[in-house]
Amino acid sequence: MPNRNNVWANIDWITVSIYLAMMFIGWINIYAAVYNEEHKSIFDFSQQYGKQLIWIFAAIFIAMLMINTDSKFFVAFAMPIYVTILLLLMLVPFIGTEINGAKSWIQIGNFLLQPSEFMKMATSLALARFISSYNFKMHNYKSLLIVAGIILIPVGLIFLQNDTGSAIVFGVFLLVLYREGLNGIVLFFTFLIALVFILTMVLNSFVTILVLTIAAFLINFLIKRKSKRTLVALGIFTAIFAIFWFINYLIQGSIEPVYFILTAAFLSSAIFFLWAMVLHKRSLAVLIGIYLGSVLFTVSVDYVFHNIMEQHQRDRINELLGIQSDIHGAGYHVNQSKIAIGSGGFFGKGFLQGTQTKFDFVPEQSTDFIFCTVGEEWGFLGTTLVIALFMGLLMRLIYLAERNRSKFSRVYGYCVATILFFHFAINIGMTIGLAPVIGIPLPFFSYGGSSLWSFTLLLFVFVRLDASRFEQLSY
Amino acid sequence: MDTFSKRKYIIAGIMLGVAAIFVLRLFTIQITNKTYKQFATRNVLRKVITFPARGLIYDRNNALMVYNKAAYDLMIIPREAKAFDTTELCGIVQLDRIELRDAIKKAKQFSYYKPSIVAGQISPEIYAPLQEKLYKYPGFFVQSRTLREYPSKSAAQVLGFVGEVNQSLIEKDKYYRSGDYIGVTGLEKAYENELRGIKGVNNYMVDVHNRIKGKYNDGITDTTAILGQNLLTGLDADVQAYAELLMTNKRGAIVAIEPATGEIIVMVSAPSYDPNLLVGRQRSTNYGVLVSDSINKPMWNRAIIGTFPPGSTFKLVNALIALQEHSITPFDRFSCSGQASSPIKCTHNHVSPLAMREGIRESCNSYFWNLFRSMINHAPSPAEGFQIWRDHVMDFGFGQKVGTELSSEVKGNIPEVAYYDKYFGQKKWNSMTIRSLSIGQGEITVTPIQLANMVATIANRGYYITPHLVKSIQDTNRVYRELKYDKKETGINPEYYSIVIEGMQAVLEETRLSQSIRIDSVIICGKTGTVQNPHGADHSAFVAFAPRDNPKIAIAVFIQNAGFGATYAAPIAGLIMEKYLNDSISTSRKELEQRMIETDLLNVIQVKK
Repeated sequence: MPNRNNVWANIDWITVSIYLAMMFIGWINIYAAVYNEEHKSIFDFSQQYGKQLIWIFAAIFIAMLMINTDSKFFVAFAMPIYVTILLLLMLVPFIGTEINGAKSWIQIGNFLLQPSEFMKMATSLALARFISSYNFKMHNYKSLLIVAGIILIPVGLIFLQNDTGSAIVFGVFLLVLYREGLNGIVLFFTFLIALVFILTMVLNSFVTILVLTIAAFLINFLIKRKSKRTLVALGIFTAIFAIFWFINYLIQGSIEPVYFILTAAFLSSAIFFLWAMVLHKRSLAVLIGIYLGSVLFTVSVDYVFHNIMEQHQRDRINELLGIQSDIHGAGYHVNQSKIAIGSGGFFGKGFLQGTQTKFDFVPEQSTDFIFCTVGEEWGFLGTTLVIALFMGLLMRLIYLAERNRSKFSRVYGYCVATILFFHFAINIGMTIGLAPVIGIPLPFFSYGGSSLWSFTLLLFVFVRLDASRFEQLSY
Repeated sequence: MDTFSKRKYIIAGIMLGVAAIFVLRLFTIQITNKTYKQFATRNVLRKVITFPARGLIYDRNNALMVYNKAAYDLMIIPREAKAFDTTELCGIVQLDRIELRDAIKKAKQFSYYKPSIVAGQISPEIYAPLQEKLYKYPGFFVQSRTLREYPSKSAAQVLGFVGEVNQSLIEKDKYYRSGDYIGVTGLEKAYENELRGIKGVNNYMVDVHNRIKGKYNDGITDTTAILGQNLLTGLDADVQAYAELLMTNKRGAIVAIEPATGEIIVMVSAPSYDPNLLVGRQRSTNYGVLVSDSINKPMWNRAIIGTFPPGSTFKLVNALIALQEHSITPFDRFSCSGQASSPIKCTHNHVSPLAMREGIRESCNSYFWNLFRSMINHAPSPAEGFQIWRDHVMDFGFGQKVGTELSSEVKGNIPEVAYYDKYFGQKKWNSMTIRSLSIGQGEITVTPIQLANMVATIANRGYYITPHLVKSIQDTNRVYRELKYDKKETGINPEYYSIVIEGMQAVLEETRLSQSIRIDSVIICGKTGTVQNPHGADHSAFVAFAPRDNPKIAIAVFIQNAGFGATYAAPIAGLIMEKYLNDSISTSRKELEQRMIETDLLNVIQVKK
């Protein structure tokens, strides 16, 4: 039995090792990314790599500080910390400094701090505190409202600061809630919405509605095995569509076919919904409800995309979904990023031998696109190693979270794992053209003190909580 | 108990799933797909071409005829350019605002990152102030080039000009890139491969802003430019310029050949132009004007593409063939009834009957059609006789390209048996049907270079060396490489040449020509020709060589619409030969020289008598 009272003996050294390894690899790659002949020393503090070394030592200091903090502190001060950082976030519009179009930084001396970075940890603490409290019930109306509040208030503030990337990260708490018992239906709907959205963008609303309709009939048939009813429904749907189409044809109208399929969808849905209600067929009513919701969503996505969004937003979405590829416009960064990574091959070009990142073909090569340097200089071996390190850390975190008896620690652990996962997925996905170009850093790799410290803080609060898993927490 | 504990597998599964998709994607872009590697090389590699100076062209006395002068291209890299004072820049490079705007627009369409030319071929006079102000225009820089310069302003059609290479050639020949220069006509075209040298390539790595970051592969793949090779020609720049001066306001061609070597000393086509017009920024404008001048056709090199009946000058060839075929002897006489002669009247007033020496001297038409008839009828049939005659004519280089380096040369026309068979019907023609050939008229056409080659052959008493412009090539190590040219025999006995030459000497010593064409202490041999022209005044032709023994120069002068050969062509030929042999014109002929220069045959309304 380990010494239950010695914090250092109970620290999970696997997590700490992966953490240190990531920071070291990140630092080496920042050096390679911004290397220049005039400042060859990796310890040159006028350069990013020299500075990053300072940030790393400061991060290690923060980590040790967290480990030396009493774990009860985090539980007790979860809400005050949350409120404090929230207040700081509110102050940003007034005392903040604008960088790259996002007014989300506070300058303290020479340091730039981004409150939104620390908001992730604060929100995680608050969520853990609330979910682990006795009066919390997952499917209680009031509880859900409070959870939504804890998450959405910072999201709203960050959105207002034009820092869309950081705001989107908070969506990942859905996974934490799912782990704590949120109905799987919510996750299902999230995926459904994403799927319908992508279908509408890639195809068009007519085809999407057609696909949805066919899917609805198929599901109905597969679940209920009533071919006659399905056929009747199909007949009604087709008939309505055909009648309108024929009328339009007769009067030489110029109405687009998407309106006929919409009419057919609404009318036939209305008929069957009434029928389902009268005969108390609940599952059918639910199916029709989902179907109709999806159809409406399709139409609204189409409308928003074409009538509300601005051109550059449309370009980004189109680029991401591969609808149009303009390698000189919106897709330029992603294309250059793929070229850099792709040119690395299996073994990579070797340390400091990369040309694409070093010669500025890749934007933000030391921060958001640091993964390109890994890909170019260390090749497939390097990229898979980084992915393996992340998976190792995430799996370890889930394992640690699950072994904690304290619900607070477990919820917080899941928050840490899912936040890191979201950054990992979006950041690397962006560099290889699988995710939208949202400027969020790769944890422990990207250059920058603020993000490194906030991730260190986030992680080591959990390492500290885990180290005291044998203590009986009381609150 | 925690009832949702199993959900950790779903969450872990999502994470591992995303990681698996990433690894798969990385596998395709890093290992299976090779295009990213090519893109990466294309991104960083910039080839900087170094242009070697084009080879120089010298005349036979090592005087420069073509050299290079410095010129500059104003370049732009659109991405690096910032807002600037367009009025000032336009003022410096002498460009109007619309031209400048269009050039920048075109550059942007080509590439934001790669350099394009804004204003090409800027002279050093404009470059000096431009360079001082260049700091005000970020994104602009200057690239140096060389342009051709023609100090003597003569021999335009012979030297040719250099222009930008066209798209179809770029596709055919990998050496050329868009914007490169290439010889378009004349010697510049004929010796393009020697003159151009070899371009050098420096491979640099550049960053996204196209700034050079270092040598690619440590410069292993770089090559240095190799200078163009120099041409040593047989032209005499001074005499060439003098001949062009004499041809002021005349239309025609002059070719002079050194008989012993086949070197072309003078090649004039008038009207001509100053070759410096086709250099620099005005090149395309001037080129358009010159090409569209359909009256003077200054771009035409009449010496090699102009075809005319040779007229009486051709009587020399007929005399030689008749002697060789033994159809007559030098002493056989034919009578002439002057204007009453039939079938060809003789306009010359002279003694009758006459033998060969007098026949040549008086250019007697009666003598020559009789001679021609005897020659054709000497064979079993007119067709066979004609074929023998034709073979001899071809031996003089007629009816074919004589083989100078200039590719636009034409063949002229010596009709074949088949032509007359078709025109008159087989066996329905005889020596008298085709009698015009006896006096160099009819279907026969020749070029001035062929005529000069003919007289060089006579001067050599029986052979000629392929006429050519370039004697030797000076390679990059400054070593001369002599060029070899073929020697062609006519197969006619040299002693017959002496008889004909005697006649040619008599032309200059015993007729009125002796007053207008004379070189002190030099024996000249020549023959006039007047070419009947159905469209206007007759053309004036004259061939000659001098001195009689060890001839140094053989010349053919052809002047359109100038009337009798004796009037203009002969004095001009005389002056050119004198200039070449003595370096100066005797004071006693200064008046004649002045008259020749001032004579304007272009701007007179010609009426056929």
